[in-house]
Amino acid sequence: MAVNTLAGAPLAPQPAQPGEGKRPRRRGAYVPYLLLLPGMLWLVVFFLVPMLSLASQSLQTGDVDNGYTLTFNFATYSDALGTYWPQLLRSLIYAGTATVATLALGFPLAWFIAHRSGRYKNFLLVLVIAPFFTSFLIRTLAWQTILGDSGLLAQFTAFTHTDFLLSGFKSVLHAVGLISNDQLLFSPFAVICGLTYNFLPFMVLPLYANLERLDQRLVEAAGDLYASPVQAFRRVIWPLSLPGVVAGTLLTFIPATGDYINSVLLGSTQTTMIGQVIDAQFLRVLDYPTAAALSFILLLLIVAFVVTYVRRAGTEELV
Amino acid sequence: MAWLRRHLVIIVGLLVMLYILAPNFVVIAFSFNNPAGRFNYQWNQFSFDAWTNVCGVPGMCDSLGLSLEIGIIASLTAAVLGTMVAFALGRYRFRARAGTNLLIFLPMATPEVVMGSSLLTLFIAMGIPTGRTTILIAHIMFCLSFVIVTVKARVASLDPRLEQAAADLYANEVQAFLKVTFPLVAPGIAAGTLLAFSLSFDDFIITNFNASPSSVTFPMYVWGAAQRGTPVQINVIGTIMFLGALAIVVVGQVLSSRRSRQAV
Repeated sequence: MAVNTLAGAPLAPQPAQPGEGKRPRRRGAYVPYLLLLPGMLWLVVFFLVPMLSLASQSLQTGDVDNGYTLTFNFATYSDALGTYWPQLLRSLIYAGTATVATLALGFPLAWFIAHRSGRYKNFLLVLVIAPFFTSFLIRTLAWQTILGDSGLLAQFTAFTHTDFLLSGFKSVLHAVGLISNDQLLFSPFAVICGLTYNFLPFMVLPLYANLERLDQRLVEAAGDLYASPVQAFRRVIWPLSLPGVVAGTLLTFIPATGDYINSVLLGSTQTTMIGQVIDAQFLRVLDYPTAAALSFILLLLIVAFVVTYVRRAGTEELV
Repeated sequence: MAWLRRHLVIIVGLLVMLYILAPNFVVIAFSFNNPAGRFNYQWNQFSFDAWTNVCGVPGMCDSLGLSLEIGIIASLTAAVLGTMVAFALGRYRFRARAGTNLLIFLPMATPEVVMGSSLLTLFIAMGIPTGRTTILIAHIMFCLSFVIVTVKARVASLDPRLEQAAADLYANEVQAFLKVTFPLVAPGIAAGTLLAFSLSFDDFIITNFNASPSSVTFPMYVWGAAQRGTPVQINVIGTIMFLGALAIVVVGQVLSSRRSRQAV
């Protein structure tokens, strides 16, 4: 030790050299923990501990005025599921549909940006994230203006004499049950449209990162071996893009399931999603155990989904 | 027909681009509207009124101020804590590494409504009244992971030989960090901080669970307005945010491309 203090500054660069490793290793041993401590403590106290308190709250009985006691009342779960399974199921269906839609729309866009946009690549990437710059509540409200009965879409199709396209589109939506009358707004379609819109960049960016590295020559090789474009996509492009697809679908599906902004602003009482129920139970009905139980069920569903999905897709690296 | 097939991906790509950007155009255009009723959903007539009187609606600019304040404090705190974690992960070997990575990943994979409500149960159980402080706590929590991931990528891409070179040139550890490492990681920290700020500024769901009637952020104001009537000023703020952020990105791009040209 004395040698070290005597040696002082000139010896300090030494750690880079092997053999002298003893001193820095011992001295550095606690440094990473010190660096980790505040941030990780924050996540433990304000992310992990709340999960426990959520689980505990869901098993308590009592009311707001007289306080709660932990009674392990699992009946709250069966009651909550029995009452709110339609909203839960609807959330999964809407989020799933929106995820498929973001994939169907995001894939061509990501391919276009990655391989066909030339020198406009960076410009287009900025435009993909540009919507984030405006509050997403304001942007979601803008869909009311676009989809409304005499909204911009209706006005545009009337102006360009393409109303027949719009009414054809509406009858398709009607046939699959996404709208119940002639109205686009305040329907399941509007909610899914909003969800798709809001989470599209989350799909496009990981897909782009993946497709950009995809060697174009592999696609050409497939063509040389007489693969049709469809075969080339199915046998070459799709398998290679799977990591991007997995990342994009997770980034879309998870937040979309819990979202209720789109269903409140663009939907009706017939499109209530589970987030809306949790919000109302916590903040208006003040039935904390039911709200906590629903929240915990949603969390378990998401965890189960992520684990099975990632296992089936075969990609272990998530971040 | 052959032309159409060859350019199909471009046409679809541009249409999807339109889908992504259409609402922004609507927000900008309708900031110049003079709506007939309380809601700014139908075009009525052109007017500059909202632009010349941005704070004319009660409560909106207060909520904007609160959102800015929370956004700045939360993003800076998350930047400091997150950068420390990122350095630990990028530079050191230690036990519980997998657990640490999992804990960082989990908040990004949890629906907002679960994070918001679980934090509320904690505050309820501890008897902590919700308000400005609880919003800050929540925002720092969900911003942390994003800062860590952003900065970690930058730390990992650093060439360790640069620090060794500094050491060879008789820089001590502090000097090497301040003069070599930190300037190289700084763009990553800046990107992480900006990301954290935009996440914090835009958050509604988690905030709504942990706020009180006296701590209304801008997204909460917009949410309330969607029920009561939407003032045109909301669109003005949306437009200013959009153009301001676009300007920051363009300036950043120009600066970084100029720097890389100098480096070559």
